[in-house]
Amino acid sequence: MISAPDVVAFTREEELEDELCSEPPLPEEYSVPLFPFASHGANPWAKVASSKFTRDFILISEFSEQVGPQPLLTIPDDAKVSGTFDLNYFSLRIMSVDYQASFVGHPPGSAYPKLNFVEDSKVVLGDSKEGAFAYVHHLTLYDLEARGFVRPFCMAYISADEHKIMQQFQELSAEFSKASECLKTGNRKAFANELEKKLKDLDYTRTVLHNETEIQKKANDKGYYTTQAIEKANELASVEKSIIEHQDLLKQIRSYPYRKLKGSDFHPYEPECALDQANTDCDQDLTTSDLAEPGETQLYAHVPSYTPKLIKAKSAKCFDKKLKTLEELCDIYFFTQTLDQLHQIERTFRGDVCYLLTDQISRALLKQQSVTNFLFEDVSFLDEKPPEKQYRGCQGLSQGAVDRKCSEESPTPKVVISLGSYKSSVECVPIKMEQEIEDSQEPKMTESVTFEHQENLDYLDADIKGSISSGESIEVLGTEKSASGLTKSESQASLPISPSPQTGRSKVGSRRTVSEDSIEVLSTCPSESLIPEDFKASYPSAINEEPYVDDEEGGLRFTPKLNPDNADEQEDISKQENLVQVDSACCIGKESPNFLEPLPDLGQKPCDEDGVVRIPPQPHRQVEPGLRGSFGGFPSHDSISGGLLPYELDSRYLTGSREVSKNSLDECSDSTSYISSAASTCSDRTPSPAHLACQASERHKKKAGQNALRFIRQYPFAHPAIYSLLSGRTLIVLGEEEAIVKKLVTALSIFVPNCGVYAKPVKHWVTSPLHVVDFQKWKLIGLQRMVSPAGVNVLHALSRYSRYVSILDADSKTLRCPLYKGTLVSRLADHRTQIKRGSTYYMHVQSILTQLCSKAFLFTFCHHLHLPISEREPEESVVNRRMNFLKLQLGLANEDIKIVQYLAELLKLRYIQEPGQGVNPLLRFDYVPSFLYKI
Amino acid sequence: KSSVQTIGEEQIQNPYTELLVLKGHQDIVRFLVQIDDCSRLVPMSYATVGIFQILPLVSNVFVFQTGEKLFELHGHTQKITAIAPFSSSDASEEKKHLILTASADRTVIVWDCTTGRQVQKVSCFHSTVKCLTVLQRLDVWLSGGSDLCVWNRKLDLLCKTSHLTDAGISALVELPKNCVAAAVGRELIIFRLVASNDGSEDWSVLEVKRLVDHEDNILSLVSVNDLTFVTGSHVGELIVWDALDWTKQASECNFWDSSVHPDVQPEIKLSQSPNETSVQHLTSDEECVFAAVGKGIYVYNLQMKRVIACQRTAHDSSVLHIERLPNRQLISCSEDGSVRIWELREKQQLPAEPVPTGFFNMWGFGRANKQANQAAKKMQENAPVYFLELVGDLIGHSSAVQMFLYFGELGLATCSADHLIILWKDGERESRLRSLTLFQKLAQNGDLQLKF
Repeated sequence: MISAPDVVAFTREEELEDELCSEPPLPEEYSVPLFPFASHGANPWAKVASSKFTRDFILISEFSEQVGPQPLLTIPDDAKVSGTFDLNYFSLRIMSVDYQASFVGHPPGSAYPKLNFVEDSKVVLGDSKEGAFAYVHHLTLYDLEARGFVRPFCMAYISADEHKIMQQFQELSAEFSKASECLKTGNRKAFANELEKKLKDLDYTRTVLHNETEIQKKANDKGYYTTQAIEKANELASVEKSIIEHQDLLKQIRSYPYRKLKGSDFHPYEPECALDQANTDCDQDLTTSDLAEPGETQLYAHVPSYTPKLIKAKSAKCFDKKLKTLEELCDIYFFTQTLDQLHQIERTFRGDVCYLLTDQISRALLKQQSVTNFLFEDVSFLDEKPPEKQYRGCQGLSQGAVDRKCSEESPTPKVVISLGSYKSSVECVPIKMEQEIEDSQEPKMTESVTFEHQENLDYLDADIKGSISSGESIEVLGTEKSASGLTKSESQASLPISPSPQTGRSKVGSRRTVSEDSIEVLSTCPSESLIPEDFKASYPSAINEEPYVDDEEGGLRFTPKLNPDNADEQEDISKQENLVQVDSACCIGKESPNFLEPLPDLGQKPCDEDGVVRIPPQPHRQVEPGLRGSFGGFPSHDSISGGLLPYELDSRYLTGSREVSKNSLDECSDSTSYISSAASTCSDRTPSPAHLACQASERHKKKAGQNALRFIRQYPFAHPAIYSLLSGRTLIVLGEEEAIVKKLVTALSIFVPNCGVYAKPVKHWVTSPLHVVDFQKWKLIGLQRMVSPAGVNVLHALSRYSRYVSILDADSKTLRCPLYKGTLVSRLADHRTQIKRGSTYYMHVQSILTQLCSKAFLFTFCHHLHLPISEREPEESVVNRRMNFLKLQLGLANEDIKIVQYLAELLKLRYIQEPGQGVNPLLRFDYVPSFLYKI
Repeated sequence: KSSVQTIGEEQIQNPYTELLVLKGHQDIVRFLVQIDDCSRLVPMSYATVGIFQILPLVSNVFVFQTGEKLFELHGHTQKITAIAPFSSSDASEEKKHLILTASADRTVIVWDCTTGRQVQKVSCFHSTVKCLTVLQRLDVWLSGGSDLCVWNRKLDLLCKTSHLTDAGISALVELPKNCVAAAVGRELIIFRLVASNDGSEDWSVLEVKRLVDHEDNILSLVSVNDLTFVTGSHVGELIVWDALDWTKQASECNFWDSSVHPDVQPEIKLSQSPNETSVQHLTSDEECVFAAVGKGIYVYNLQMKRVIACQRTAHDSSVLHIERLPNRQLISCSEDGSVRIWELREKQQLPAEPVPTGFFNMWGFGRANKQANQAAKKMQENAPVYFLELVGDLIGHSSAVQMFLYFGELGLATCSADHLIILWKDGERESRLRSLTLFQKLAQNGDLQLKF
């Protein structure tokens, strides 16, 4: 019925162009009116029409001591991105939120300038007038020439979608923390270098001055000092003082507490492998603090030769000098690393939030299917974040520190939901020292409590936005550092635990229209003047990763816990409300000293009756809502992901004009350029998010999906070919041209079940004759057809082993393989499918294959289907039972049975495989006749 | 014309639907021996420095490990020429499995199968040991090269013969009454072992008889039962001997001679090289001797003293090894790289066409063809007629299949010149066993309990 836009999209598939163009166009009156705003590149589901920028971006701003807040750069670095959005104004806004900025500098009364190792603060800020919502990450960098030696910066992820900022807060925070850590590491290095240079200068100046004084002394034999001499002496004294000060600074910067190194992935850019070099590289005159990590020392010790120059004893803090750029402040290597990371963040989080959510949910779900997920899931996903990856940056650094060659090394792709982020959030859990013992005794309990809190946080999440409406107020919703972080806000505390999300959301929506302006502080880390010992003492108690891992696996388990805890929660409400007052006062109050060390009663209050230590909630995580959603709860995200559906399905109707599609195609940078124009339906404000694990595999998926679509449309015998792959019979794609063969192999590879954890058993291009070992190893092979005598051998081998293989001849377009009469593949590969996009088709295939996996799982793990119930039961009755199950219970027909049996065999092999050994690849085959299919 | 019988892709009776390729050898794998009841398998590589012991199948039904390589045995510096399992049967001790290997470097090494270590090495040979035989009954083993040596378990040389021939002994078979038959070139020599005094280590070996009935080199020597043994030679002679008095019971020399047969064109004879008529391998059960002759397989009935069934061109090239299975089936492997499964079937009605090749002589070669032919035809009429039917073939090797070993229901192991060993198994059975293992592991891991 609605065919006009459909046809437009359809005809843009290259190979279908001819047949479809012949269709007469619909009369004007039957065509659907186009969406009125289509020309603006908007869609009806675009949430905020008022925002002045077209897509999410990252803004880095500085609070310059000379000119005030100013934007430095945006990522992507493109003027179009920010559009008419006033970056200066927004910089002012986000910098003004950082109440810590005034907190740095010399603490009064200390003899020497004291460096503060300031924790980053993480803030969510909304500006509904501008239609901009931002996650703001404040950090300070050291600069010898700056006031108080610090330069406040902030990185902000700016989006028009406040849901995204809210729901992805945890992930954003984790990712930005990594970027910030990288930046700060570079900065410390640069700062130390700077200090060393300065020290050398001072040293040199002192020598010069000293000599001059001596000369004067000698020249002067009158017995009294001239004013000149006194001046010189004063200058010398001030130089001496300056030297001591700077040495102290150097000592401080080197004693930066490297606690986080122990927390594995949080700190990927710290060198840790330079223990041996450290000793040799240490500068002689430096009194390296024993607290400093050797790696760091080594890092700083790497100073190029420098000729000292004469300087004035008192450095002029004048406004006319040029401040260092961000690039100068950090080591260039670290700067580019950080930029890469930020780009990665931008790629990860751009696009509609529902993509992010569904992706995270499906990942979380897949993780649990440890028995079957190896069959068709991406290998990259399954072992995401392998340990060696985490340290890649680190290795790069240690090399880079030596020869600086590694700056081209790309950063590790970030994964938002991963063990890593769990760990890092664990890391932030502050546990006071007196609770330490108790905590370590009951890690499990503590941990489960944390989970429940997160649950609640998730529920309450929708309502956080309610606070957007509240005019010019600043609300502190939760702080990460303080023990009273349990409390979020008054509004949430009074909430029922399972609110209907719809009402919550509509409330938000209506209020937002009224709202003027708002700033929300979702979570902050209070700045503390951290003395290394503090960290050393408190940190170990905060690490407790394993229980998290456990719970993550058994995602089902915490669902039933909800209710008992709710009661608990209700009881705590009153307490919390009290706490809120204190806490927010703390946060807003300017650097009140008692904020630094949380009040003892605050620490005690969040203890349960049973003595379990209450841990302040983590800023919420995305896994739980996803899981809960799928298990029948009503999390606030349901409505959002529900919103995905109409968008995804109907989006093609939006593609009214080709210009629009062109535009968005242009916008979609690298990741979408290869998609056929059907992809232009991606007409959201921003291109669809580049998915998490790795871009390459995402690209591969889309490409494979597209090719597979083409394959099933082009070849009428696609079904038996796919059946061959699914039933474990090696399919050989034979052809002269490598490109064509490889394309076919790529297309078909999405149907190949994995045999183990390794890469898919797919070989794209082979030129030598095949052996039986190859069929054991590969299930899909691209084979070169040659005219030469060597080619004869190849073909001879093929005919010899013909019983093990199906042969798809790409040149003559024939297929030789066993008959397929099942029904399963026709659902998988319907040549009349309405799916247009490669990635959509890929997902369709994945979903059907997942169904298949679940059948195989059932079949494999039903005891009585394989083993006799009683001792005396004959084998035949077991066989009968098995076949009945396959046919009747699983509804499989004919050859479909073999598919499930093959998958079941793979499952068994995988399960019974001893951990130490690799799987011995078996070759299973049937003696069945093959048939030749032609087009 | 006499093209090889083929079987389509549909092989209902072929149970082998799963295969496992074992890699590890760097050269031709020529020989396989089964060490113990656990179905351990020692393949002998033709020219490698070491040999490999590979555990393909474990008789313990519940732990079914596949293709695990246990040991690599390194010790020889040249190719290995013979291999024999040697299990000690001391009542007191646990059964200890040893293997003997002989090599062209003129040494024999004894290996311990449980540890994979070299137990002892003997290097006092004057020539390459070409065959090894263990006489379990006497608890001694024999090595055959240019002379015959008798050894005890401790590797003491008990006695030896004088130098026999440069060519050396190519095959040894144990006969009753402490006798052994050794094939030396075209001669068959019978030796008798004598332990002179009780308890003492004083042994002697006597040459009892030399049989020179074969016209060409004896290639195969097999003992049928306590009363008979059979030899086959390079020119296609098959002689049945009495194991007690070493007389010729029957002989068949014209397997290949199809000229007597009306159906076959005489010119085929011209194209036949001796290679195609040599008796490569013999195997037997109580009734019949199965001979791999050239490309064909012949079934010789000991009672009827004639060939009762044959498949002239069973393979594309020489058949290297055949073995009889309990269920009237026969497996053959060949230089063409294939393994075929045959079934000996009784032909129901038609007296028929190509069945009995022919023609055999009793007690000598002197009789006229015609007579014999007629006699054969007479016998045919009142005897049941058999034929070999192809029930399946196994294709996997890319080069000559040297040998195979049948492990009963566990499967089949084949070794080949392509350096591979392939284990063929019944897919259904394997699948069932895996399920069993799966549920055992589930129970072990405690995954069967419901968890909440």
